Amino acid sequence: MTNVSASNKPVPAPERSTNPLDPTRPRAPNRRRAGRIIALIVIATLIALIPFIFKLSPYVLNIFMQAATYAIAVLGMTVVLGYTGQINLAQATFFGLGAYAVGLGTVVLGLNFWLALVMGIGVAALAGFVLGLTTLRLGGHYLAMITISFQQIFNLVLVNWSGVTQGPDGVSGIARPSLFGLRFSDDRAYLLLCTVFLYAAMYFVWWLPQTRTGRAMRAIRENELAAEVTGIDTLRVKVIAFTLSSALGGIGGALFASGFAYISPDNFDFSRSVEFLTMVLLGGAQSAFGGVLGTSLLIVLPEWLRFLKEIYLAVYGLAVILIMVFLPTGIWGLIRARLDRYKKPTPVDISAIATLDLDIPVTDPSPILSLENLEKHFGGVKAVDGITLEVMRGTVHTLIGPNGSGKTTMLNVLNGIYKATGGNIKFDGVDITHTKPHERAGLGIGRTFQNIRLFPLMSVIENVMVGAQRANNPVGDGQLALRERALSALKFVDMADHAERMVKNLPYGHQRLVEIARALAGHPSFLLLDEPAAGLNQTEKQKLGELLKRLKGHGLTVFLIEHDIGLVEQVSDTITVLNFGKKIAEGEPAYVLRHPDVMAAYLGETAHANA
Amino acid sequence: MGFLVNNVQVLFAGLALGSIYALVALGFVLIVRATNVVNFAQGDFAMLGGFAMVAFLSGGLPYWLSFVLALVVLGIFGIIFALGVYYPLRHRSFLPVIISTLGASIFMQNTALYIFGPQPRAMDRIFKTQGIEVGGVFMDTQYLAILGFTAIAVAFQYILFERTLLGKKLQATSQDKDMARLVGIPVASMIAFTFIYSAVLGGLAGALVSPILFVSIGMGSIIALKAFAAAIIGGFGDIRGAIIGGLLLGLVESFGAQYISVAYKDAFAFLLLFVFLLFRPQGIFGEKISEKA
Repeated sequence: MTNVSASNKPVPAPERSTNPLDPTRPRAPNRRRAGRIIALIVIATLIALIPFIFKLSPYVLNIFMQAATYAIAVLGMTVVLGYTGQINLAQATFFGLGAYAVGLGTVVLGLNFWLALVMGIGVAALAGFVLGLTTLRLGGHYLAMITISFQQIFNLVLVNWSGVTQGPDGVSGIARPSLFGLRFSDDRAYLLLCTVFLYAAMYFVWWLPQTRTGRAMRAIRENELAAEVTGIDTLRVKVIAFTLSSALGGIGGALFASGFAYISPDNFDFSRSVEFLTMVLLGGAQSAFGGVLGTSLLIVLPEWLRFLKEIYLAVYGLAVILIMVFLPTGIWGLIRARLDRYKKPTPVDISAIATLDLDIPVTDPSPILSLENLEKHFGGVKAVDGITLEVMRGTVHTLIGPNGSGKTTMLNVLNGIYKATGGNIKFDGVDITHTKPHERAGLGIGRTFQNIRLFPLMSVIENVMVGAQRANNPVGDGQLALRERALSALKFVDMADHAERMVKNLPYGHQRLVEIARALAGHPSFLLLDEPAAGLNQTEKQKLGELLKRLKGHGLTVFLIEHDIGLVEQVSDTITVLNFGKKIAEGEPAYVLRHPDVMAAYLGETAHANA
Repeated sequence: MGFLVNNVQVLFAGLALGSIYALVALGFVLIVRATNVVNFAQGDFAMLGGFAMVAFLSGGLPYWLSFVLALVVLGIFGIIFALGVYYPLRHRSFLPVIISTLGASIFMQNTALYIFGPQPRAMDRIFKTQGIEVGGVFMDTQYLAILGFTAIAVAFQYILFERTLLGKKLQATSQDKDMARLVGIPVASMIAFTFIYSAVLGGLAGALVSPILFVSIGMGSIIALKAFAAAIIGGFGDIRGAIIGGLLLGLVESFGAQYISVAYKDAFAFLLLFVFLLFRPQGIFGEKISEKA
């Protein structure tokens, strides 16, 4: 970005940061940033050259080689577990696929190492892709189980399919590669090669969270349902994460095979997968540095803990429990928290933020949403029982009804969290009854939740940027455009000065506003608000009412669920009343709120009789 | 005729094996229901049951006393497990808890390795006679014992859960902890009881299967994996599902080993699991999985 203009106009907020944990933190002044990068490069180069500076025994070189190759696989765990929050108990399998591709490729098929390496990465990535595609829709416990099963089957095949894999004896005599006539037969040279690969992997894993995909991954980790509804194709992003993780596992394994010249099924069993998992957790799963730190510690630790002898592994198991209890963010997370304490967030210049563009031209007189005989049944319960409804463009349409009358269920059917049992939903003339939530977000349907669903361990602005990056959002593609859009949305709800704060540290009322900003950043033409006033105090409610009125002026259609009748009467154009999943009244507020059936539904039959 | 006899024999062995999976799966499902925790150390309860019996028997105690004492030891261990592994993490998401139980599994196996050494231990069978023959079908007495004890355990559990006040409290706890607490059920005790009971079930499975499989530190892992697969196949969190899934898996495994491949016998369970996850992820008895907004 250039600052050539002489005017003292504030520069728009920068888009990237020096901090891998919190990518949206404003950039330090350029000179300091350059200084840091140079320092980092110098340190990294020195570390890489240690074997050439000091005389190290072959044993120590082996340990370093193990650490470097394992660390690449562990960085895969950072992506899948740390960023995306998906468990993977089969990383040793992908590591093994890379190793066997190089082992069998070079020894049996006589392939060139580099070709075998590419093959290994390809096979590992493909395995991860297929496994992810078939099982990631289940998630959670299932994923743990499936990955373990995959790991077990892999080991059975390695041991028993001896015609191809050479069985329990393993593959020996794996040669070192050469490059431009240079052979990496010297351990030091090969270690340098591994280090270069490791640095490349670290750079990639460090860079990833700041990208659209990386932000989507973290949103999934924080709240998968909200991520999907905000417009992220969660299955696709999870499969990408799994594939990347597998590919990194494959690279690590391929380098391992050539480094140690010998591989056997024991190198790639379940306990190795657990070891990778422990490494990433100990170091800190949410940053590239953490993974490498954890790997180095757990490989060097056994050397220091020799005195524990046979009980070493028992202590190791105990350590896993203790890490989970006392070090949930790992060692790097702890260091990071310490460092962040001394960091002052750069103030956001609110006057420089552009006004949020929310305008939706209302020219078409047809309803934006029409429901035809919509039904949602849970077993025998008819939560939504044949609703036919039209919502006109540019209006605030409110859904009211007693508790359990099916309001939230209806919203969930409208944005695709639930599949309709019957009937159909037409949005902007298109039948969307069978589309997924993120596809509906892509059409311009925004949503907030009754029990706030934000991404607590991401900053306010990142939360809102996730909303801005929905498909078809007319705001431009670059990170800068997303950031500006998010800032404008925050300014609209009067939260811009909190942009850099972590969402989990915000009070309740502010979280509500951030959730609305997240929806608005996506430039929705249709906004579903589920009890936005719940839990707000009187002042906050008043502000919300004004906000809703401001929205109306832009041609945006709002579909609102609300219990606060004062607010409802103030903002609504049309009210629909539900009871027991059925529509019992509809019309203008003045008419509906005095309708005898509505009063009966709210106050009971006696009230009706007395009225 | 020989074909039929042979198949009946395989069926019998499959049911016995399946019963072991069912017992471990049952303990696993009970913990899932009470705490929403997937306990990856469930199989190691079986391993501990086996080693506890070996220890008591080699100490010269009579068989049945050793059997009962082993179950008591496992019960005590269940409390320790609940306090050490579950309790500190009870308010966290499922991921840290899963990982913590994995750590517990490593800890238990390696502590057993330290105490008992790497050699698998043989254990006496419950009955002296090797087997009885009925209509040409040879029936191993240990298999009969496994089937018998499993039937008793299932019946006991049914009565406990459906016919006693304690059972009602346990069910209430698993359905809604906050509500249970409001009506005065001591939720923490109920959860502790669930861990004790699950550990005892695991120990029972270990004590029963040890004469067939030998007692080794790795025996728990493979049983646990099959039991998890059984629980998912039956319908995650469903008690009937755990039993039916376990039996089904035992049958698939023994018929697979008989007719397809002995080397890949452990893979059949996982392949069956994959098939279920692809085409019926909710399992045999399970409800559709969905999250509430």
